[in-house]
Amino acid sequence: MFHRFANPARFSRIAARVLPWSGAATIALFIIGIYYALFASPPDFQQGETVRIMYVHVPSAWISMACYSFIAVMSAVALIWKHPLADIAARSAAPLGAGFTLIVLITGSLWGKPTWGTWWVWDARLTSVLVLFFLYLGHIALTNAFDNPQRGARAAAVLALVGFVNIPIIKFSVDWWNTLHQPASVTRLDAPAIDPAILTPLLLMALAFTFYFVTMLLVRMRADLNAMRARALRLSAAE
Amino acid sequence: MIGLTLLVRRELGLALRGGTDAVMAVVFFVLAAVLFPFGVGADPAMLPRIGGGIIWVVALLAAMLSLERMFSADYEDGSLDLLYLSPVGLGTLALAKALSHWMTTGVLLLIAAPILALLYNLPVSALGALFLSMLLGTPILSLVGGIGAALTLGARRGGVLLALLILPLYIPVLIFGAGAIDGAVAGRPIAPQLMVLGGFLLAALALAPWATAAALRQAIE
Repeated sequence: MFHRFANPARFSRIAARVLPWSGAATIALFIIGIYYALFASPPDFQQGETVRIMYVHVPSAWISMACYSFIAVMSAVALIWKHPLADIAARSAAPLGAGFTLIVLITGSLWGKPTWGTWWVWDARLTSVLVLFFLYLGHIALTNAFDNPQRGARAAAVLALVGFVNIPIIKFSVDWWNTLHQPASVTRLDAPAIDPAILTPLLLMALAFTFYFVTMLLVRMRADLNAMRARALRLSAAE
Repeated sequence: MIGLTLLVRRELGLALRGGTDAVMAVVFFVLAAVLFPFGVGADPAMLPRIGGGIIWVVALLAAMLSLERMFSADYEDGSLDLLYLSPVGLGTLALAKALSHWMTTGVLLLIAAPILALLYNLPVSALGALFLSMLLGTPILSLVGGIGAALTLGARRGGVLLALLILPLYIPVLIFGAGAIDGAVAGRPIAPQLMVLGGFLLAALALAPWATAAALRQAIE
């Protein structure tokens, strides 16, 4: 089943059919989510209006880690089964992940100033997310550092798997160390420790961010496939 | 095992005959650490407090200087292809390279570190922590650095790229290495930090040669 979807032509066809729907869903979810986040939800009794920063911060953080995990899985697939599509998926996802990680760092900083009284603290959660950002940058730089794109993709795949050790560190940093950053309040085994009035916009925004990520990933992968096809055509024309 | 010994002996022979490369890393180590008191002021009460961290940061950079050449000479003159075809195996090769990199860099840093401790006015009671943390930490730098060196083989601007890839991975070593020295200066127990460093070393010893071998395979094919 896996190999069926690894066929680039079939992937392009499916992506072309999925894209309008996922694009429309992204826009609709963002409209509803932003409405809930900015207007239809109450300000927090301690943080006031700054709680709304969380509706961008938390979904971006989820996506930034999920994206790295996705890249790691795709890298393993690329190294083991040598599917070219897995290389393209990893290569296309990395700049998206870097962007989301940057959003996490910036929004966290903006939220930290009024709430904690500082833009930045060297606690384990913040530091490990910063490391994640540098891992993304290293992955992107390594992908583009070779004249042979194949070689760049394979080297970046090994790096992605090595860097994956950071993901559990980020996830559990708030439990292992006594950090200023608060521990997880949504992804717990018992009921989430958040009031539904705040949880609703958060989940809506998370869904919107996820759809945005998927849409952009499909767009980038198709663009990459087309670029490869164009390069192959130019090479065959030059012969 | 015989292959490992032979490879390490070959590397050490090359390093000895190559002359100044290894010494340069140590000179950089001392020189860069000497710069800090000029920048932050030479207050004798402050220097011991920041000394452990600075010695470790400079050690990371010094170890990284010679990483780029770990595989590049063999890659360019084709020895790497022959070693790939030899019965030794890439994992053993990676381990041998990391081991000889440590012997030509880490050990020298270890020898030079007490001099820096002197310059930074570290108390004698912290020397043990400095020595033990460097003894456990510097092999990790060589092992993890080998992954980066193999990944950037044949890359454009390999040196800068290597720093970008490797320095984030060095952060845990830095935290616990400097933490051990700071603990000793402040009179706290240092065993936890050293145990974590030892754990890192064992994990790196088990996993890094394997990852380096995977990276080398991509470079050769």
